[in-house]
Amino acid sequence: MRDKIREVVLDYVIKEYMEDQDEEITYDTALISGGFIDSFSMVSLKVFLETKYQIKLPDDKATPEAFDTVENITDLVIEFLDKK
Amino acid sequence: MHNIGSYDERAKNFSWDISEKELGYQPGDNINIGWYCTDRICDMGKAEKTALIWEGLGGKHKQYTYNDLRLLSNTIAGFLTSLGIVAEDRVCIFLDRIPELYIGFVGILKTGAIAQPLFSAFGEESLIVRLENAETKAIITQKKHLGKVRKIVDKLPYLKHIIVVDDPGKAPLQQLEIAFDMDNAERLEHYEVYPTKAESPSVLHYTSGTTGMPKGVKHVHYSLISQYLTAKWVLDLKENDIYWCTADPGWVTGTSYGIISPWALGVTQCVNDIGFSADAWYSFIEKHRISVWYSAPTAIRSLMKAGDEVIKKYDLSSLRHLASVGEPLNAEAVIWSDKVFGLKFHDSYWQTETGSIMISNYPGMPIKAGSMGKPFPGVVSAVVDPESYEEINDTGKIGLIAFRPGWPAMMRMYWNNEQVYKAKFNNGWYIPGDRAYIDPEGYFWFVGRDDDIINTGGHLVSPFEVESALLEHPAVAESAVVSKPDFVNMEVVKAFVCLKPGYEATPELNLEIMNFIRKKLSPLAMPQDIEYIPNLPKTRSGKIMRRMLKAQEWGEEIGDTSTLEDD
Repeated sequence: MRDKIREVVLDYVIKEYMEDQDEEITYDTALISGGFIDSFSMVSLKVFLETKYQIKLPDDKATPEAFDTVENITDLVIEFLDKK
Repeated sequence: MHNIGSYDERAKNFSWDISEKELGYQPGDNINIGWYCTDRICDMGKAEKTALIWEGLGGKHKQYTYNDLRLLSNTIAGFLTSLGIVAEDRVCIFLDRIPELYIGFVGILKTGAIAQPLFSAFGEESLIVRLENAETKAIITQKKHLGKVRKIVDKLPYLKHIIVVDDPGKAPLQQLEIAFDMDNAERLEHYEVYPTKAESPSVLHYTSGTTGMPKGVKHVHYSLISQYLTAKWVLDLKENDIYWCTADPGWVTGTSYGIISPWALGVTQCVNDIGFSADAWYSFIEKHRISVWYSAPTAIRSLMKAGDEVIKKYDLSSLRHLASVGEPLNAEAVIWSDKVFGLKFHDSYWQTETGSIMISNYPGMPIKAGSMGKPFPGVVSAVVDPESYEEINDTGKIGLIAFRPGWPAMMRMYWNNEQVYKAKFNNGWYIPGDRAYIDPEGYFWFVGRDDDIINTGGHLVSPFEVESALLEHPAVAESAVVSKPDFVNMEVVKAFVCLKPGYEATPELNLEIMNFIRKKLSPLAMPQDIEYIPNLPKTRSGKIMRRMLKAQEWGEEIGDTSTLEDD
């Protein structure tokens, strides 16, 4: 499950936020602190995760640190899928 | 001792001559900001002093002296001249915070052309309206943003050159595109700086309006007189300071206080082109021994949210003066910074149109946490009645902030929009559109905007612009856009949407609309919340009553609804 989630998240990030960019990103690329996704756009990524996985991510969990890499995001999604 | 000395003494004996004399300027002389930021500093014997320390993604680091700045800005100016750029042409800078942005800005000014910086996160719609309005002749950009420019180039008949500063030579450049590699270009020792005068246009910044498309705020080279002295007295910049202004030069703080004033003062400044994280920011301060830090409430609140523990990992003892701008700085943030840094953030107030700091808390003056502070010496400020525009003399009574025109950095015009420019003046006052009151000791206290403009993270977003863009989405019949409260950004964009028949409000549609606006306008303009309603509240004459929706979001009284349309 983990592999599938991180693949979906990475694909979405590339499709939605990396348009026209040459940089290659991986599961460990710093998305927020690396400047690829700004804090405003992070909100749309949160909505994507909530919609895709039918979970609710509380604001205090949806921090820039929790969204900083695809790996971190995957951890967060799995944590809330387990709570469903 | 602080540069300003005693605020009260300065206020009593003020004249802009102080700044003119320090800069060696006399009325009638040539005045070119590009020359003041580079050649003059070298002439003062500081050619080898570090002007810019830059850090980018992946640990990239670059450093430039004032002599580098002089030569590289000459080189850029020479390149632009070779392309046929002449005085007063508009040259847009559409770049991330890379050295070419900062040095390119100075190079443009040296040619006598007008620098038009645009925020690099802007989407194609935001870009096109600003380039169309300015009839921009050239745009300096990078590969990363070239896709957006290519999508709109056919709609811009005035655009003659697209200068790509980081073309790796992988993909062929297309129509109008030309590569320019600043760091590796042959450096131009001599460039005849264009003899601009005080009223020659210098910078065109775009700002959001309540009811129309964005307005181009025209500034002139004489603005340097205000920017230099305000940076010296408010930011207290001194010879040995290492300065960090966190603002992006797509917005006015990033040019007035992130390029012009620190370099006109010959100060070393640092620029960080990576995203936000508390660790990255504190580490940057520690590594470069930053002493003066000019930031924004949104960033400060984000640092507060990250907690106090992270601060203990870093040696931040180099910091000696902190200032803030962009939106009101809440009292809690001032108290917090005093607790964790041993220094209070000094709030300052100004806007794109004023070009320089107008009201501020000054070094050495007692800070009242949550207050905007006092007017800059020489700036005549008041709070006026919103109907009569007469000055309110009762302390504590709320009115509109007003300034008597005449300070050097005041905008000279809205580009191609004299009518809207004139409407900003009333009874001899310039009215910025904010409400405030003055306390018995002369401190100003911010109350709120007097219009529907949304201030999100220190950036102004026009509800009209977002509503117009929303209408282009196939599912949207009509919409109303208002602000809603947010801890970090003070306000964020919320959209009330009425759907066209056949469309259903679903989470997928929510996401689609958010991404549609993010790409079309910018991430700042993207609604962070969308509420679907069957009808919008309107007056009988059909005007959307945004204030009702806004009041609902802020938990305020809805007020008079007598003009509300019947169902």
